[in-house]
Amino acid sequence: MGKKQARGWSVVSAIVKQRESAIFLALLIMIAVIQIMAPNLLSGNNVYLVSRQIALVAIVAIGELFVILTGGIDLSVGATMGLAGVASAGAMVAGVNPWLAILFGMVVGVLIGIFNGWLVSYVLIPPFIVTLGSQEIARGTILIVTKGWPITNIPKSILFIAQGDFLHIPVPVWIMLVVAVIAQMVLTKTSFGRRIYAIGGNETATFLSGVNVKKIKFFLYVIAAFTASIVGIILVARFESAQADAGTGWEMQAIASAVIGGTSLAGGAGSVLGCVIGACIMGILANGLVLMRVSSYWQTAIIGVVIVLAAVLDHFRKK
Amino acid sequence: MENKTLVMKSITKSFPGVLALHDVDFEVKPGEVVGLMGENGAGKSTLMKILTGVYQPDSGTITWGGKQVSFATTRQAQAAGISIIFQELNNCPNLKPLDNLFLGRELDRKNSPFLDLKMMQEKAVEVFKYLDVSVNMDIEVRNLSTAQQQMIEIAKALLTNASLLIMDEPTSSLSDREVTKLFSVITELKSRGISVIFISHKLDEVFEITDRIVVLRDGESMGELVTKNSTQKQLITKMVGREISNFYTQRTSKATDEVVFEAKNLSGPPYVEDVSFAVHKGEIVGLAGLIGAGRTETARLIIGAAKKTKGEILLDGKPVEIRSPEEAVAHGIAYLPEDRKVQSLILNMTVRDNLTMSIHKVLTNWFGIINRTQERQITDKYIKSLDIKLTNREQVISGLSGGNQQKVVIAKWLATVPRLLILDEPTRGIDVHAKSEVHRIIAELADSGVSIIFISSELPEILELSDRVVVMREGKVCTILDRKDATQETIMNAAFSGSANDVKETA
Repeated sequence: MGKKQARGWSVVSAIVKQRESAIFLALLIMIAVIQIMAPNLLSGNNVYLVSRQIALVAIVAIGELFVILTGGIDLSVGATMGLAGVASAGAMVAGVNPWLAILFGMVVGVLIGIFNGWLVSYVLIPPFIVTLGSQEIARGTILIVTKGWPITNIPKSILFIAQGDFLHIPVPVWIMLVVAVIAQMVLTKTSFGRRIYAIGGNETATFLSGVNVKKIKFFLYVIAAFTASIVGIILVARFESAQADAGTGWEMQAIASAVIGGTSLAGGAGSVLGCVIGACIMGILANGLVLMRVSSYWQTAIIGVVIVLAAVLDHFRKK
Repeated sequence: MENKTLVMKSITKSFPGVLALHDVDFEVKPGEVVGLMGENGAGKSTLMKILTGVYQPDSGTITWGGKQVSFATTRQAQAAGISIIFQELNNCPNLKPLDNLFLGRELDRKNSPFLDLKMMQEKAVEVFKYLDVSVNMDIEVRNLSTAQQQMIEIAKALLTNASLLIMDEPTSSLSDREVTKLFSVITELKSRGISVIFISHKLDEVFEITDRIVVLRDGESMGELVTKNSTQKQLITKMVGREISNFYTQRTSKATDEVVFEAKNLSGPPYVEDVSFAVHKGEIVGLAGLIGAGRTETARLIIGAAKKTKGEILLDGKPVEIRSPEEAVAHGIAYLPEDRKVQSLILNMTVRDNLTMSIHKVLTNWFGIINRTQERQITDKYIKSLDIKLTNREQVISGLSGGNQQKVVIAKWLATVPRLLILDEPTRGIDVHAKSEVHRIIAELADSGVSIIFISSELPEILELSDRVVVMREGKVCTILDRKDATQETIMNAAFSGSANDVKETA
């Protein structure tokens, strides 16, 4: 009996010590509080809508996580979403097969990642500057191409990637799950993943260990652009149009989700699960504030407070 | 500056699960240089941290200048005249010497918020004159040599009217000449009644500079030696509690005639010029020279971490092109860097992660997925064969002692099964016992047929292990000595003047 109890306790303590547990607990408490004050939070329809929104942010956040794990940052993911969306929508409207058009959008988005990765890894320009610049380049390109007008008349055949569901769960949530599982596998089971954490922990030592640090960092920006492009295209299907300003501010939501989920901006620490929980907190909080009829001015400030609070808590948890 | 006596009495300190210090007495008289010796983990730094207010003792008293004191912070200790100069110099590399000297104690002009640069300048000149050193005040501290940065730290302490200086491993990255300069400064301080606590792993230096040596072992005082009446052997016995019989004895080489590695006219300006030497199978080639002689840079050229402008590298007589450490590993060349924490370890990862970092190629399948079982087996194998002391292979590596961390790094490179192993200061900052173990491992490796380039600034270990000694000076190989011709004198002569026989020292 005593032994069993001890083992049970050690399992509990192992879970508690997990980086994500504290933040998961915070999520549960938050859900409980909001549910008491605004009982339609957990209504079927609301859960359906909120989960779809969260899934999209989480996908972008997971891509951003890869970059942040090495101590980098990608500010261009929001604009990459927009550009990938506009590129695929433009191709669709021009009569290209919708699936080929999606592929085209992905390629265009990934090109931004290649641009970022090349400048950061091989030309050694700080990622903050590179991605700030490429964000503007991508945003500018969208405006040049669309002249600020939305692209409409999106083929009905692809709308299900945003609006459809499978087993009563929105398709974007399924896509998020697939992305999350693959990302989790890559980060924890592969050499590539191990090396990403190593670079974040000590880049010099990793390099001298015989790791091609440049190549790995290059691919991280490509990954971030890839996941952003996926979401950019899903947004096209969701609004049945490509908006010139689509994805604006999403880089901040993605970074915030990662940080709330325990990712260290210095690199070396963070997880896929944390990102997803972080995205849940951001999404449910925003939704909850609306349901509780909090003024939208206050919503922005409250979300800001939560981000800072998460960083402070994480700092003390480490001690 | 007043001259004060320090008396620490019956100091006891425990941390959760460890008794770090038990009933330790420690005394320093004015103008005395006291060596504080002990293996890593013996309690030296805990004792010094208690003295400088970083930790509070569980029991015991500190008397300073006749008054009982208790410092809550390092700042209070400093104000009372006790300053510590850390091994890792705590300066702001982006600032100039003057800014560093007065950091946190800037002098303002009377009744104004502006800095009194003139006053600070004068005081700085005065203190450097007192120390009899010249420091370039116009360039950022990061561009000064370690020795000069250290002088700034000492000057900084003197500016706070320190009458007791604690120097933690002050010579670990100084060349011999710089050590001589440091010692003359210490002698100068001593003559003015300033006391120095000198912590070092280097026995020769401790014997040269100290008046008295206090030995700690496992948190207890093992008594003290009056330096001039004692021998190194006595000190070592006190430190380790047993005699290390093979200390500084020479190994029997099993080197063959087969040339495994050869560097031809290797150049990478401005640090390395026309370096050529060969290493045979099973041979240990010592790479000696002063700090800045280009030894580390040569190693970095070999493994492709720095770009060479000229020259070639031959493995088994065939020229190979190595452009990155990745390619070096693929060619069976392993390089253990000189700075363990900065260049070798990923401190927040586990022992296992660190140990297998260079052998992912072996451990992964086609999808890049790591074979965990194999990984654990390899980790356990090296933990056992190198006798690495730890609680668990999944332990975060920062929790290990310096010596054991270094063994993990050695294991990491052994796991790559190298043909050529380049060791850059592999025993720096590890205790005497771990050091002799590392020496044994190196010798065994060579005997098993691995070719080794052994870079060290400590001549005794170069002499103990090397079959041949390549001496570098100002980026060039100035002489290659066979074991029978290599002595401390011949190596130092070459390192200073470029020739093994010429005794004349160039300025």
